[in-house]
Amino acid sequence: MPDPLTTLETAADVTMFQVLDAEGRRRESPGGEPFAPYVAELTDDLVRAMYRDMVLTRAFDAQATSLQRQGELGLWAPSLGQEGAQIGSAHALRRRDYVFPSYREHGVAHVRGMDLSLILPLFRGTQHGGWNVHTHNFHLYSIVIGSHALHAVGYGMGIQRDGDVGTGETDRDRAVVCYFGDGASSQGDVNEALVFAASTAAPVVFFVQNNQWAISVPAATQSPVALAQRGSGFGIPSVSVDGNDPLACYAVSRAALDRARSGGGPTFIEAVTYRMGAHTTSDDPSRYRASEEEERWAAKDPISRVRRHLEAEGVADQEFFAAVDHDADELATFTRDRCRAFAAGGAVEMFDHVYQAPHPLVAADREEFVAFENGFADADADATGGAA
Amino acid sequence: MSAVATPLARAINAGLRAAMDRDDSVLLMGEDIGPLGGVFRVTDGLQETFGEDRVVDTPLAESGIVGTAIGLAFAGYRPVCEIQFEGFVFPAFDQITTQLAKLSYRSQGGLSVPVVVRMPYGGGIGAIEHHSESPEAYFAHTAGLRVVSPATAADGYTMIQQAIASPDPVIFLEPKSRYWDKAEVDEATAPDLSEAGLTTGLHAARTVRRGGDVTVAGYGPTVKTMLAAAEVAAGEGTELEVIDLRSISPLDVDTVAASVERTGRLVVVHEAPVFFGPGAELAARITERCFYHLEAPVLRVGGYHTPYPASKHEEHYLPGLDRVLDAVDRTLTY
Repeated sequence: MPDPLTTLETAADVTMFQVLDAEGRRRESPGGEPFAPYVAELTDDLVRAMYRDMVLTRAFDAQATSLQRQGELGLWAPSLGQEGAQIGSAHALRRRDYVFPSYREHGVAHVRGMDLSLILPLFRGTQHGGWNVHTHNFHLYSIVIGSHALHAVGYGMGIQRDGDVGTGETDRDRAVVCYFGDGASSQGDVNEALVFAASTAAPVVFFVQNNQWAISVPAATQSPVALAQRGSGFGIPSVSVDGNDPLACYAVSRAALDRARSGGGPTFIEAVTYRMGAHTTSDDPSRYRASEEEERWAAKDPISRVRRHLEAEGVADQEFFAAVDHDADELATFTRDRCRAFAAGGAVEMFDHVYQAPHPLVAADREEFVAFENGFADADADATGGAA
Repeated sequence: MSAVATPLARAINAGLRAAMDRDDSVLLMGEDIGPLGGVFRVTDGLQETFGEDRVVDTPLAESGIVGTAIGLAFAGYRPVCEIQFEGFVFPAFDQITTQLAKLSYRSQGGLSVPVVVRMPYGGGIGAIEHHSESPEAYFAHTAGLRVVSPATAADGYTMIQQAIASPDPVIFLEPKSRYWDKAEVDEATAPDLSEAGLTTGLHAARTVRRGGDVTVAGYGPTVKTMLAAAEVAAGEGTELEVIDLRSISPLDVDTVAASVERTGRLVVVHEAPVFFGPGAELAARITERCFYHLEAPVLRVGGYHTPYPASKHEEHYLPGLDRVLDAVDRTLTY
């Protein structure tokens, strides 16, 4: 007798939504009709802006990688290859929307208007965090994988209680986007976040960049089926999008954000992309993946794809591309200069902000530390006859 | 209105109600806290008054409760999470220790995360496993958290309001074996919710019985035990000074040190395992501060280095009257 379970489908085909194919030509994705109004928003200006943002992000990222190699940063998590997913989705955000990034969403930070050099102190070791989250509604990077997905849902629950969902007022309704990766999709916190978001219809867009590798572990180890299939089991509408097609990422994110802001609840987006670089500068991808694979993905690069599209459409000339490259060079120089200028304050600052209100134990530890350090100063003064 | 005899669980309920009346941003989250009122009825009637948006029956996932509470705090709310039993807090341990505790520090003080995590703790009620533990040392060991435990109904009413008013995350440990113990609670008097009020209230130890022979310090469920021991000891001519620490982080060492400077002897009593427990920290600090005043080593009475045993053994595991008195005798005859 045949095993009845073998007849159950585990993996339905998932259609990956695209606006551009790998060569940068417009294409109609099967089942992509619902996104058509958002694709229609992709003006030449917007696509040029996305191109520029991708090139600048890559220049920043390359500079940061160099700075790590030069010893200026302790570590760097490159965004190389994921610019399409990040820039496309970030352009779909409104100012009042709130972003919970993972730790390589440099492109999203850039589109939010953040000075990218503010990301460097975290990696230089001069301070944790590094930026005011309220300035651009861009939260701190999250190092504990997937932990921020719950924060995103909680923030969304707050927006609901504020009454800023479903009013129909463009200046009022808000949504939250949570960025994470294929590895994080296995974390309990991400799964609990999906449960809570579905249960509360929280205005949250889960934007998964499936970059195929969680450090050295392939995405197939996280899930035998497309991650886009994860959402539906939680009762969350899900969609797969070509993460190296920023136009498609924009359209899908716009649709999801509109749904969230209007009170329609969460959406799960799998953006299929590729981590072209190492996980971090401490990683060595040659130990676990083939260069042929990297070459295959290089052919789908989001920047060259959009460039070909702009050229084919005749909406960007050499002057435009040269200007973008010039801006990218300037950003790289600025990044290098700013990085070298970031310095830690006096060691006593490590006692700051452990608590918001005074805590006697921290105060006592601080006092002890200062006395200890001052003791060395006295000893130095004694040794040099007080001349130092 | 004068004070009324109220059980601890009811007093915490009244404190939550007062905090929610005072501040619209306060909301409660947890499992079965709505129509049921929580398994110990601490949230009884609150959803009826404040609605489902402010008394939220969550999905059954502790990390989810604390993690979403953190997000709500980012959005300007003051969530109070109920963990149904202390033995179930560990799924939320990562959110509490790596996220909740560190967000002020990671943001250079830019993010205040005023989340309270309430949980019943301790043994003595004949429960099955995972329902009788005392995990306070894990939390006290983590910078960024405040850890407190009321021992009486009056403190339950006041301290929960002060914990909610704190700009820092607070682990609020409720001694479940004392939930039904009544004491006079004055609900007509609003507690001092200022920063100074929290320092001298929520985080200050209190001497609950004066005595000159041995200092006995503890918190939560053991305060009642210590007072009972003091009563017996007094009958035998030994006067115990009993200190209810009330706060484990910060720890009010000053109050204990001032007492030990008079008595020269200290016994610390808690249900948590003695090994690396809060008593070890207090013993070390008192030894540093009061070395020349001590007539005997600081002794600790608490849980053994075993998992919490089956409930038929718990009266032997818990630091009961006889074990406290035995430690008192040992410090006096050292």
